[in-house]
Amino acid sequence: MKTELKININEEKEKAIQLVKEQGRRILVCASTGCIANGALELIEEFKKLGANVGVLGQKDKMSVIPTGCIGFCEQGVLVVIPDRKITYVHVKKEDVKEIYESFVNDTVVERLLYVDPALNKPIVNNEEINFYKKQTRTALKNCGHINPESLDEALSVGAYAALAKVLEINDQEYVIKEIEDSGLRGRGGGGFATGKKWRSVYRHQGGKSYVICNGDEGDPGAFMDRSVMEDDPHKLLEGMAIAAFAVGADEAYIYVRAEYPLAIKRLRKAINDAEKRGFLGKNILGTDFNLKINIREGAGAFVCGESSALIASIEGERGMPRPKNIHMAECGLFKRPTLLNNVETFANVPLIILNGAKWFSSMGTEKSKGTKTFALTGEVNNTGLIEVPMNTTLRQIVFDLGGGIRNGKKFKAVQIGGPSGGCLTEEHLDMPMDYDKLVEVGAMVGSGGLVVMNEDTCIVEVARFFMNFTCNESCGKCTPCREGTKNMLHILEKIVKGEGTMEDLDRLEALAQVIKQGSLCGLGKSAPNPVLSTLKYFRDEYIAHIKDKKCPAGVCKSLKTITINPDLCKGCTKCARNCPVGAIEGTVKNPHKIDQSKCIKCGACITNCPFKAISCN
Amino acid sequence: MLELKTPSDFEKIDEILKECEYKKTNLITILQKVQAIYRYLPQEAIEYIGNKIDGLSPATVWGVATFYAQFSLEPKGKYEIKVCDGTACHVRGSMPVLEAIKNKLPMEKGKMTTSDGLFSVETVSCLGACSLAPAVVINGKVYPKMTPDAVLIIIDTLMKENE
Repeated sequence: MKTELKININEEKEKAIQLVKEQGRRILVCASTGCIANGALELIEEFKKLGANVGVLGQKDKMSVIPTGCIGFCEQGVLVVIPDRKITYVHVKKEDVKEIYESFVNDTVVERLLYVDPALNKPIVNNEEINFYKKQTRTALKNCGHINPESLDEALSVGAYAALAKVLEINDQEYVIKEIEDSGLRGRGGGGFATGKKWRSVYRHQGGKSYVICNGDEGDPGAFMDRSVMEDDPHKLLEGMAIAAFAVGADEAYIYVRAEYPLAIKRLRKAINDAEKRGFLGKNILGTDFNLKINIREGAGAFVCGESSALIASIEGERGMPRPKNIHMAECGLFKRPTLLNNVETFANVPLIILNGAKWFSSMGTEKSKGTKTFALTGEVNNTGLIEVPMNTTLRQIVFDLGGGIRNGKKFKAVQIGGPSGGCLTEEHLDMPMDYDKLVEVGAMVGSGGLVVMNEDTCIVEVARFFMNFTCNESCGKCTPCREGTKNMLHILEKIVKGEGTMEDLDRLEALAQVIKQGSLCGLGKSAPNPVLSTLKYFRDEYIAHIKDKKCPAGVCKSLKTITINPDLCKGCTKCARNCPVGAIEGTVKNPHKIDQSKCIKCGACITNCPFKAISCN
Repeated sequence: MLELKTPSDFEKIDEILKECEYKKTNLITILQKVQAIYRYLPQEAIEYIGNKIDGLSPATVWGVATFYAQFSLEPKGKYEIKVCDGTACHVRGSMPVLEAIKNKLPMEKGKMTTSDGLFSVETVSCLGACSLAPAVVINGKVYPKMTPDAVLIIIDTLMKENE
């Protein structure tokens, strides 16, 4: 039953391309959360002062400055890109704007602002040669950093809503669901459930009111992939949701966004508004009888609301506590109606699958994990930022090729993947592909995709304590094993980092972990012990060092630190004694000083202030 | 300080309730809007909302308000300092930054706001600004790559502005 659309999407696209062309040559300035903090907005103001047109479509010009979404290379912000010459400038300051502007007009290059490859130690002119980008396959993030996220026309010019138009023209729900099933797309929010299967079960229950929900409650500390999609290419998310709503027969949708992401909320609101005005959302979409109202719900700071049933409780205005899932959400979800819930990145993949076909998508990745995955690469790695790679990429490629290795020449120790629900990966896993099932096999999980790289100076026991403290705080308190169990595990870990642990404590941790895993209703409790279990598995000797030798091998845990002054190196300059906040350092001028260990609070102020490197910590 | 004593003091809350159609499913949005005005949720407001909306009681509203970390039952400072303690920030040293702030701004035990009402300090789990770690947010502005010294300079500047 093909339908004819009243809005011709190809014409719309051509018109949009024309508008973008009229703006003239483009200078892209990254205006995402990271670069704004580094002064991107002041930079754009400087360009304005020089007379540049800033991102206003419909204005004919020789050149324009476009504020874009995240270009991904956050470590190097503020980033400025000259797309037609493939030049990327890094660490750009307000003072550099004039020089960039002039070089842009004169077709020269500002060499000092180019990215310097740490391995080759030379500046890179062609941005396609930067390893960080060269090794990526950007599909879900394809437009991020290339378009102005607040402009519907810019989105249209790179093909937004073409997949929705295709779906509405073919007008067959079965076709859409089959494509998604065949693509092998799995939920990008953590669990990795087959997306097509989920859609089909909601589709089966259609008939009255159904809902589509997008989970944008990216609560994992150390993850910001979903934030980027929402902030940088909001129309792609909206289009994915509209296609899903069509497939399962829903006419109302919710996006649940964390309140910590104010820019995402602002841009999504604008995107929905713009799309409704032009007939891409709202009533009679593209002139058909398909309607979709998309609402935004702001979260209020509860990690557990990333869990599907807790998220639904929160949208309904209640305490965000998980509900038993004996009745499936596909049948009885939001407001007791059939509900489809997917993560932001899952929806962002949908338009591409529809346009390029299931085969294209399933040609990437591994046998059971298809397509690409975005990861937030952070921690002690040279190039932090947002990346997207095929699912068969190894951890080594991510950390060392894209990430440029460990900062300050330190040694790689581990990667924490999947946040407080995930586990750690060590050197032995470096050559393993990042696929859903392989990661579960070794006690970790893809989770939402946060990768926090740790070096030899990171104390693994302290990190385990950190995650347990997080889940303990975020436990909603419904299930006793989770509420009380996480508290007890945290207590034991606190004892260990203080040097008061016993070997029996390790057995107790493992026993408690099993109880929490088996006795909790939702994913938060079921996965809360994971960081402890996986660190116990791979770094047991570090736990033992804390317990038996009363030492923290990484020198992080305060209670186990002793700071001493080497009398051979100390010149008696008194600088340490003057800087000690508790007066723990004694000594006379020109004579070696001594630290009174009973007073020392191990703040390290003396170490940073000693001009002779005579003070050390073990 | 805004007070909630006479009926006219509740006009602003009435406006919010009207805007949100007195629906109990909009409770979280209502509380967010109220907090945006008062910088916290006054007990009077919680009781008022609980009595005004069908199907809710002050106790239920209290339950929701205490469940979510975003809601505060005590007034927040003029400057709301949020120290990110997400994994990336934690690994890169957010705790020394927090300690420096707490030493600079002494607070009564159990309180998060200074007695002059100028600053409130809290940790948040992740702001998603991981590549700027450790990050501190003051009234919505993100300060990247903080150190104990840098954050003290910022606080000093804010204090001077208020002298």
